[in-house]
Amino acid sequence: MGKRSIIPYGPQHPVLPEPIHLDLVVEDERIIEAIPSIGFVHRGLESLITKKDYNAMVYVVERTCGICSFMHGMTYCEGIEQIMNIEVPGRAMYLRTIWGEMSRIHSHLLWLGLLADGYGFESLFYQTWRIREKVLDIFEATTGGRVIFSVNKVGGCIRDMNQDKLNMILRELDDIEKKVKEIQKTFLFDYSVQSRLKGIGILTKEQVHDLSCVGPFARASGLDMDMRYLGKDAYKDLEFHAITSNDGDCYARCEVRVREIFQSIDLIREAIGKIPDGEIDAPVKGLPNGETFMRVEQPRGEAIYYIKTSGKAFVDRLRIRTPTFANLPGLCETLKGANLADVGLLVLSIDPCISCTER
Amino acid sequence: MSSIMKFAPIALKNFFSKPVTVKYPAEPIIYPEGSRGHVVIDSEQCISCGMCQRVCPTGAITVDREAKTWTINRFDCLACAYCVLKCPKKCLEIKEGYQAPGKTKYSETCTKEPEEKIEPEEKKEEN
Repeated sequence: MGKRSIIPYGPQHPVLPEPIHLDLVVEDERIIEAIPSIGFVHRGLESLITKKDYNAMVYVVERTCGICSFMHGMTYCEGIEQIMNIEVPGRAMYLRTIWGEMSRIHSHLLWLGLLADGYGFESLFYQTWRIREKVLDIFEATTGGRVIFSVNKVGGCIRDMNQDKLNMILRELDDIEKKVKEIQKTFLFDYSVQSRLKGIGILTKEQVHDLSCVGPFARASGLDMDMRYLGKDAYKDLEFHAITSNDGDCYARCEVRVREIFQSIDLIREAIGKIPDGEIDAPVKGLPNGETFMRVEQPRGEAIYYIKTSGKAFVDRLRIRTPTFANLPGLCETLKGANLADVGLLVLSIDPCISCTER
Repeated sequence: MSSIMKFAPIALKNFFSKPVTVKYPAEPIIYPEGSRGHVVIDSEQCISCGMCQRVCPTGAITVDREAKTWTINRFDCLACAYCVLKCPKKCLEIKEGYQAPGKTKYSETCTKEPEEKIEPEEKKEEN
């Protein structure tokens, strides 16, 4: 048995876009244990919600995360709608689904770029982000914002899309699909990329289930769990089967996310084909009184919102459980026994969003 | 051999294609219609009700009812357009073009031009 020592990893590290600190207990080059600590970017959003009107809080909740911003706003609105028994019009639900799936494409492309950067493939990183820029352009043309969209409100959506804009999305999606197909060859079939990803950080289906991992990270180990099965929004009308893989290594996580991009493109096409006409928001009367749990499948995994209100303009309590928080135990498990050189890749493989986790 | 050089076609294509970025100061940025950049006010329509100040999530807007001024700290503004949605007179509007960076967080003030005070005189005449 070699001598054990502790190597601090983060909060500042080239592969980390956001600050997380890991104390790595290493023996020679092998990691025995990893102890995570967070708390560098805590913003107190959950406390802020008790000081602002529940309608205005949609814009603050959206800023929990820069990548899943649309999904955060949507989940909060759906939670309040459930408390107030508001029936959201069909068109608004379809619009939410279209924007939600677009943010999934945007998030996965961002992650693939970061992964390429993680294993030192800089030019692949730029090519991936170049495609992502097209998704951001669609967002700006349809919602008015590139990263924060502010189109959700309690009762529906603020902006509508006319047929021209829907056609524009379809046109752009064809282009994006073509480009992603080109780039996926490098991600999935390139020899040097495969040798960097295959067989690293393996988690079995049982481990993933016991550690309550969520999202593509869990689906890559064969756990068929996706909150879109709940049939909220337009998902009840769309044909949908979660994408899974049985390998449970870094390559499987990459593969699941690449295939989810194509699935999202198909879902948007189907949603645009089926979108009904009509109103985009329902009238909201009174103040919310009650409590609810909302579960939604964000690009990174399942997010849980707990909202408690008591008939006042302010929400009493909001608790957000973000997907990265649920995936941290899984990350620590994958790090056990891993090589020190693989740590960056393994941390990236859960798609960490530390700012969300700290709220 | 089939599994290596997968990236080569993309890289080669890149050599002979135009850059995707815009040469910014030389070429102007074209914002799409409806882009949320900054809030503007039509001071003539404003009744200084203070609704925008109350609903603003970050408290970037200050309305002085006595002096009839509307002040916005552009550096605090999220450009969420919630004030535009809530304004009863619909005198607020969101336009494209983002706030330029600055060394200090300055505010912009719009003042409603004072109306010609003829009402009190008219009343006097009636009396």
